[in-house]
Amino acid sequence: MMAGRSFKVYVPCDAAAISVGAADVAATIRREAYRRKIDLEIIRNGSRGMLWLEPLVEVEAGSGRMAYGPVADGDVASLFDADFLSGGSHTLAHGMTEEIAYFAMQERITFARCGVIDPLSLADFEAHGGLVGLRKALAMTPSAVVETVTASGLRGRGGAGFPTGIKWKTALEQLDDEKYICCNADEGDSGTFADRMLMEGDPFSLLEGMVIAARAVCASTGYIYLRSEYPHAIKTMRCAVDIWREANLLGENIEGSGTNFNIHIRVGAGAYICGEESAMLESLEGKRGEVKVKPPIPAISGLYGKPTIVNNVLTLATAPFILAKGAVHYKNFGIGRSRGTQPFQLAGDIARGGLVEKAFGVTLRELVDDFGGGTRSGKPIRAVQAGGPLGAYIPTRDFDLEMDYEALAKAGAMLGHGGVVVFNDTVNMARQARFAMEFCEIESCGKCTPCRIGAVRGKETIDKIIAGDNRTENLEILDDLCDLMTEVSLCAMGGLTPMPVQSAVRNFPEDFGG
Amino acid sequence: MAALIDKLEHAPARLICGRHDNRPDVLLEILHEVQATEGWLSDDALHTIADALNISRAEIHGVVSFYNDYKREAPAKHCIKLCHAEACQAVGSGALAAHAKNKWNVSTGGKSADNKIELEAVYCLGNCALGPSAMIDGELIGRVTSERLDALIERCIEESECE
Ligand SMILES: Cc1cc2nc3c(=O)[nH]c(=O)nc-3n(C[C@H](O)[C@H](O)[C@H](O)COP(=O)(O)O)c2cc1C
Ligand code: SF4
Ligand code: FES
Repeated sequence: MMAGRSFKVYVPCDAAAISVGAADVAATIRREAYRRKIDLEIIRNGSRGMLWLEPLVEVEAGSGRMAYGPVADGDVASLFDADFLSGGSHTLAHGMTEEIAYFAMQERITFARCGVIDPLSLADFEAHGGLVGLRKALAMTPSAVVETVTASGLRGRGGAGFPTGIKWKTALEQLDDEKYICCNADEGDSGTFADRMLMEGDPFSLLEGMVIAARAVCASTGYIYLRSEYPHAIKTMRCAVDIWREANLLGENIEGSGTNFNIHIRVGAGAYICGEESAMLESLEGKRGEVKVKPPIPAISGLYGKPTIVNNVLTLATAPFILAKGAVHYKNFGIGRSRGTQPFQLAGDIARGGLVEKAFGVTLRELVDDFGGGTRSGKPIRAVQAGGPLGAYIPTRDFDLEMDYEALAKAGAMLGHGGVVVFNDTVNMARQARFAMEFCEIESCGKCTPCRIGAVRGKETIDKIIAGDNRTENLEILDDLCDLMTEVSLCAMGGLTPMPVQSAVRNFPEDFGG
Repeated sequence: MAALIDKLEHAPARLICGRHDNRPDVLLEILHEVQATEGWLSDDALHTIADALNISRAEIHGVVSFYNDYKREAPAKHCIKLCHAEACQAVGSGALAAHAKNKWNVSTGGKSADNKIELEAVYCLGNCALGPSAMIDGELIGRVTSERLDALIERCIEESECE
């Protein structure tokens, strides 16, 4: 090893990486370097999203970064012995990080910087394309910003897939003095963690997107509603807002543009329904998270009755790229009316779980087999649940489905926030259907009867079916109940709970005694 | 449910409300901070917050009871949250909860007899590729096996004995 040379080592500070020991590994590397009198700098980056390799340690080696993982505490000494700091070979070595097939096959736009940079270094952020989109937006008129976002075809990544430009246009047209940008960082869907990864790995991209949104609709106050289950993301976002403010990217007359904007972080309190936008706004006002009847839509009358943009973390964090590279560039990714890329999250019983950002049109099979590598347990796959707890259970025979809002809707499924949860052949689909009803019972806001009472009845009915009690009759009752919940629930909590239930019955009748 | 009448002043709660300019819209944050001071929200604390923010006791009770995070009784010394949502179910979270009940005699939602640990069900910790997931006193843990869970619970119990 060359004397006097300082090495750069990356060990993620992402919560998932920490959950399998990344913080200890970072400390052990530091100790071992000290013991060996080696000068090295440890950068706590976000995660690259190859979560099965976490803790994934990277070293800077000439033309790029070399990956080693999953590194346990006990591997550190042998990594030093193998001269990993210069890219030495080791059983845990995977070559250049960006040449790992899982990573190389992706189209990283929203997550381009995640895992690459030091999340809280503004210099790093700028060196990797940060602030370009914002500066362009600040030099444009609000309506020109809205038009660019509209032309990109960007749709909300929170679940409903509503065209972002149209929402922004509605808010811009309102003449109120006060308008709000509310970032929905409640990410309650099981099987999803993209918002968390982005907030921990590239928090400035979200702030940049929020200032762009503020410019676009002439809003002066922003809130990030962040779930309390994410303590690491809360800490990182709080630091990021402080740094951003010190750099005068928040406050009065940002970069001389005439735009005034401030951002506050609010922490949720453990209620899934607060991800629903009207419930979230109630919660932001310090109230119970009860869903409100629409109309009016928030873009016209939202927080404190003022025009309010509610957008998901990923929606907002994608705006800077669209502004920087132009609407057409973004729109060229994707198929049909699903434009751009979607960060998919591979979870559950999967060998290579993690984050896969891909243009729309990728099939479920490509995601689960090519990227995911099948199950972690080695058992055959029986089903995936796509789109969170309100999403459909899809059997393997339908794995050629393309990931596209319309194609999925036609197949009785949905994309939601992009979660893909894999179940092996030990799963009992009647139990999963029961859980869907139980979850609705636990998390219902209680405002409307079909959801509040329907979920309880649904659970009881499935219990009877499981017990073999009047199966045919009870399956009919369940179906009727589901149709009722779908049709008359006030929001998608009650309205979509039937999706996992009915898809389970339809696709796996053998588990319901059929 | 205990009535919120004739309660005593709660000094830390008063201080925290003041730090937030006694603004009712910051209620959730105030409740989080007050709860962080002693682990739960006492009648006295709620009474003081209602008074400071000039909101009714019914209103504050409505909010506190709506959200899962807020606790109205003193918690056990250590809190173990096990994820029960789908992605963790797919890798055996159910068996883990059953194991905890058998071996440590704590059921989900309950406390151990000696008040050292409590077991709570949560629905997704955002660690769904590395499940089953748990959060122990705020620390996120992935790929939890029953052996790992036992070791973590033993650590909690030992720590309670040192306190
Ligand atoms: C029960 C329920 C839970 C939801 N949870 C979330 C969530 O956690 N995060 C999110 O961004 N959107 C969630 N949504 C969707 C929001 O209501 C809203 O459509 C979204 O935040 C709008 O942002 P977007 O257009 O950028 O997607 C949820 C909706 C429902 C009905
Ligand atoms: S469907 Fe459920 S969650 Fe939605 S408003 Fe009705 S009761 Fe509330
Ligand atoms: S489902 Fe358990 S962490 Fe997400």
